[in-house]
Amino acid sequence: MDAIILQILNGLDKGSAYALIALGLTLIFGTLGVVNFAHGALFMIGAFCAVSMNRLLTISHEVLDPTKKDFLGNPLKVKTPYVSEWFGPETGAALIDWAVPLSILLTIPVMIGIGFVMERGLIKHFYKRPHADQILVTFGLAIVLQEIIKYFYGANPIPTPAPDVFRGSFDFGVLLGFDANTIIYPYWRLVYFGFAAMIIGAVFAFLQFTTFGMVVRAGMADRETVGLLGINIDRRFTIMFGIAAAVAGLAGAMYAPINSPNYHMGMDFLVLSFVVVVVGGMGSLPGAVAAGFMLGVLESFASMNEIKSLIPGIDQIIIYLVAIIILLTRPRGLMGRKGVMEE
Amino acid sequence: MFGLDRKDTSLLIVVAALTLLAPFLLNPFPEGSSLAQFNAGYPDLMQRFVIFGIFAIGFNILFGLTGYLSFGHAAFLGVGSYSAVWMFKLLSMNVIPAIILAVIVSGLFAVVIGYVSLRRSGIYFSILTLAFAQMSFALAYSVLTPITNGETGLQITLNDPRILGISQTAQGGIPVTNIFGLEMRSTYQMDLGPWLFQFNAGYYLCAAIMLVAFYVAIRIFRSPFGLTLRAVKSNQQRLNYTGMNAKPYTLAAFVISGMYAGLAGGLMASMDPLAGAERMQWTASGEVVLMTILGGAGTLIGPILGAGFIKYFENIFSKINDNVLHGWFSFLPDGLEDFIVGILHPFIGKGWHLTLGILFMLVVIFLPGGLVEGGQRIARWLKRGKASKSSQNTNPAE
Amino acid sequence: MGILEVKGVNKRFGGLQALGDVNLSVAENTVHAIIGPNGAGKSTLLNCLVGKLIPDTGSVMFQGQSVLGRKPFEINQMGISRVFQTPEIFGDLSVLENVMIACFAKRDGAFKLRAFSEALRDKEVMDRAEQMLSDVNMIDKRGMHAASMSRGDKRRLEMAMCLSQDPKLLLLDEPTAGMARADTNNTIDLLKEIKQKRDITMCIIEHDMHVVFSLADRITVLAQGTPLVEDLPENIKGNPKVREAYLGESAGH
Repeated sequence: MDAIILQILNGLDKGSAYALIALGLTLIFGTLGVVNFAHGALFMIGAFCAVSMNRLLTISHEVLDPTKKDFLGNPLKVKTPYVSEWFGPETGAALIDWAVPLSILLTIPVMIGIGFVMERGLIKHFYKRPHADQILVTFGLAIVLQEIIKYFYGANPIPTPAPDVFRGSFDFGVLLGFDANTIIYPYWRLVYFGFAAMIIGAVFAFLQFTTFGMVVRAGMADRETVGLLGINIDRRFTIMFGIAAAVAGLAGAMYAPINSPNYHMGMDFLVLSFVVVVVGGMGSLPGAVAAGFMLGVLESFASMNEIKSLIPGIDQIIIYLVAIIILLTRPRGLMGRKGVMEE
Repeated sequence: MFGLDRKDTSLLIVVAALTLLAPFLLNPFPEGSSLAQFNAGYPDLMQRFVIFGIFAIGFNILFGLTGYLSFGHAAFLGVGSYSAVWMFKLLSMNVIPAIILAVIVSGLFAVVIGYVSLRRSGIYFSILTLAFAQMSFALAYSVLTPITNGETGLQITLNDPRILGISQTAQGGIPVTNIFGLEMRSTYQMDLGPWLFQFNAGYYLCAAIMLVAFYVAIRIFRSPFGLTLRAVKSNQQRLNYTGMNAKPYTLAAFVISGMYAGLAGGLMASMDPLAGAERMQWTASGEVVLMTILGGAGTLIGPILGAGFIKYFENIFSKINDNVLHGWFSFLPDGLEDFIVGILHPFIGKGWHLTLGILFMLVVIFLPGGLVEGGQRIARWLKRGKASKSSQNTNPAE
Repeated sequence: MGILEVKGVNKRFGGLQALGDVNLSVAENTVHAIIGPNGAGKSTLLNCLVGKLIPDTGSVMFQGQSVLGRKPFEINQMGISRVFQTPEIFGDLSVLENVMIACFAKRDGAFKLRAFSEALRDKEVMDRAEQMLSDVNMIDKRGMHAASMSRGDKRRLEMAMCLSQDPKLLLLDEPTAGMARADTNNTIDLLKEIKQKRDITMCIIEHDMHVVFSLADRITVLAQGTPLVEDLPENIKGNPKVREAYLGESAGH
C-alpha cells in the first residue's frame, strides 16, 4: 500500500510536466491546427530561463576584503554578487537562493515574446500547408533553438537548485499512519505539482470564464464560422500561441531543480508529450492533462521493482505501449473528437 | 538499357560514374595544401556517403511516393546492424551472409511494425512509428542486453564461436570483415604528384550495392506499383473507389524501405563491425528525414544528394575552427577579421547542427522540392533566354 | 430481377432516420434516376451502395451477390464504379496516369505487386487508357497535371476513369452540380453516348430536372428517406405526390 502511494506521488511530478507540455501542444493544435515539434524546445528554453535567472542574480564583481588575508598577508579578493551589495548580504543571499521561483518573472515575458515571434514570423505561413510540412519546419526550428542554447550554455547539464526551504523531503508515511521513512517525498516536487495544478486551473479558467477564452474555444470548434462573425481570430490565436509557449516555459523553469537543464531535454520530453497528446485525444485539453498525469503515474508504477521483475524492461516502454494500444483500439484517444487529423 | 528509358539510363550512368570516380572527384585538392581539408575522398567518409544514400533512397520509396512520414526508420537500420554483427560473431567474417541476414531480419521487423502502424494515417502514423522505434531503442538498452550488449554496443570479440572461420587470427588479433578474402579495410593508395587518392575495397562494395539499390528504386518508381503509391499519396479515397486496396501497397512500400534501411545498417556493420543502440534513436530517424527532404522527396536523385550533402558538410563544417577562419579572412583588416570570425563562429565546428537546422528550415520554407527543385529552378532560369514556356511540363517533383 | 436490388434498407444517424425501408430495383441497361428534395437521403442511399456506409437493416444485392460489409474497393471490383459530386481524381498525377491507374485496377485486381515492370511500357493498359481519353476528347491533355484542369475537365477525367473499368453499374452523384449550362449539356451528351454504345446500367442522383428527364428511363422519388414513387419519367412529371414533396420547388418543369 505504502509503495503504491509512493509511486503515485512519484508519477505526479513527471506527469505534471507531461500535462503542461501536452496542454500547450493541444492549445496550439486546437487553435491553430499546427503540429508544433518545437514545443519541447520551448520547455527547454524555460528551464534555461531558470538557469539565466540564477546567473543574473549571481553576477558579481571582485572586491578586496580587508578582513581576510591570504597566506602572504595581502587582502583577499572576494567575489560579491551585486545583489548582495545593493540589498545587503542577507536579502541578496535569499534572492539568489530563490532564483528558480523568481525566474517565473523572467520566464513569462521571455516565453510570450518568443511565442509571438515564432507565430508571426514562421508558424503563420504554415497554416495552409500540409501537417507533414509543419512537422518538418518546427522540427528544424527545434534543432536550431537547441543548438543556440547549446552554444551559449554548453552541452553539460547545469544543476539549478531549489530554494533551501524546499530542499528536504516530506514524510507522507507518518501523515497517513505508516511507518516513518516509507513514503518520503521531496518538497520541491510537491511545489511543482501544486504549481502545475495552478497553471492548468488558470488556463482552464481563462478559457472558460473570459470572453477571449470563449472566442478561442469557439474558434477551436469551428474556425471559419468564428472568422465570419467578424472577430479577428488570428490575433487571438497569436496570443494563444504566446500563452502556450509561456505554459511550456514555466513548466520547464520550475522543472530545473528536478532535472538539471541540458540542451536536449526538450527533445526527450517532446516525444513523450506527443504520445501524451495522442493518448489524451488530439485537440482535447482535458484529455491532454488527464493523459499526462495518467502516463506519468503509469510510468512510475512500471519502474517498481516488483513489476520490473515480472515484465523486464516494462518501465522503459510502458508509455509507448499504452500509446500503441490506444491508437489502435481507440484512435481518437481518451477524450478526443473523432476524425481529427486522420487524413 | 536495363529496361530503363533514356533519361533514367543517363541518370543511372551519371550516378554510377560519380560514385566510381568518387576517390578522384572528392579529392580535388593536393595533400598539404590549405584547401586539403575540403577533401572528402577518404574511405570512412565515402562509405558513409553511399550507405546513407541507400538509407535515404529507401526512405524516399515510402515517404516520397506514399507521403507516409515515418519517424522510426532508424530502428530498421539498428536491427540490420545487430543482425550483421551477430552473423560475424557466429558464422563468418564474410560480409555477404551478414548483409543478407540484415536485410531479411529488418524486412520481417518492418512487416510487423508496418502492419500495425499502417492501420492509421497522418500524424498518427508518424507517432506510431516513433513509438515503435523508441521502444526498440529502450529495449536494446535494457532487457535485450544479451542480444545487443546494452550501452557498450555489440562487438566482435576474441572468443566468438565463428562456425565458418577462425575465432582469432594467427597473431591473436580479431579477424576483419572481408568478402571472399578481400578485406573491407584494404585500400590502394595512388600517389599522383602532390595528390593522394585512396581506393578502398569496402567503399567499392558499398558503392556497387548502392548502384543496385538505386537501379531497383528507379524501377519501382516507374512501375505500376510506384504509380499506385503516388496515387495513394494523391487521393486514397479515389484509389479505394477505383478498386485498389491501398493497404498492401503501402505495406509493401514500408517493408521495402525498411529493407533498404536494414541493408544500410548491415553495410555499416560490415565496414566497422559494431552495433549500438544509439543508431536506433529517433534523432537518427530524423536525420534520414532531413536528408530526403533536403535533397528532394519524391525525386529519384534527391535522397542521394541530400545524404551526400549532409554527410559532407557535417564532416567539413565540424572540422573548421576559428584558426581556419582566421586563415581565410587574414586579408581583411584586423578588426573586421575578428568581427567576421566572431559571427561565423557559432555555425562551425560543434555548431554544425545549428547550420543544418537553419538550412533545413530554409529548404522546407522556400524550397519544398529540396535541392533538386533548386537545381531545376536555376536550370529554368538559365534556359529562360532561349527556351519557350514549354518548360511547364516538367515532371512534378512530388 | 434487376441488376441492383435494394430491399428494406434502414439507416439511422442517432435520432435521425436517414433511410426508412427503402426498396429499389434497377433494371439492367437502364438509366435509373433518384431524385428528391434536399435531405431526402439520396447521398446516404448511394453511400450504402458503395460500401462507405453499412445499413442498419435490409439487403443490397448486386447481380445476386450482397455488397453489404464489403470494402469500397471490393465493391468496385464487383463492377460498380462511382462518380463523386466533386470530382475525385489523383491531382498529383498526369491525366494519362489517372486513367492508367483505373486500367491497372481493372486488369490486375485489388492488389498485385508489379514493382519491376515499367508502367509506360504496358501496351495493353496504355492502349486502353489512350483509347478512353480519345473517347472523352481529352487525348490532347494526356500529359497535363490533373489538379490544374478545369472542373469540367476533371469531371470528364473521372468519368473516363470509371468507364475504362467497364463497370456494369455506374453510380453518378450529381454529375452536373456546379456546372455551367454548356458543360451540363456536354455531360448529358457524353452520358447519352455512353448509354448508346455500351451495355451499362446507370444510377444517377441529380437535382437538375433537365438532366434527369433527358437521360432517365425510370425515376425514383425519395422523400424523407423513403421512396415516394417509382415510375416512368412522363408519369413522374404529373404526379401530385411528387409536386407535394417538392412543394412546387421545381416539379412540373
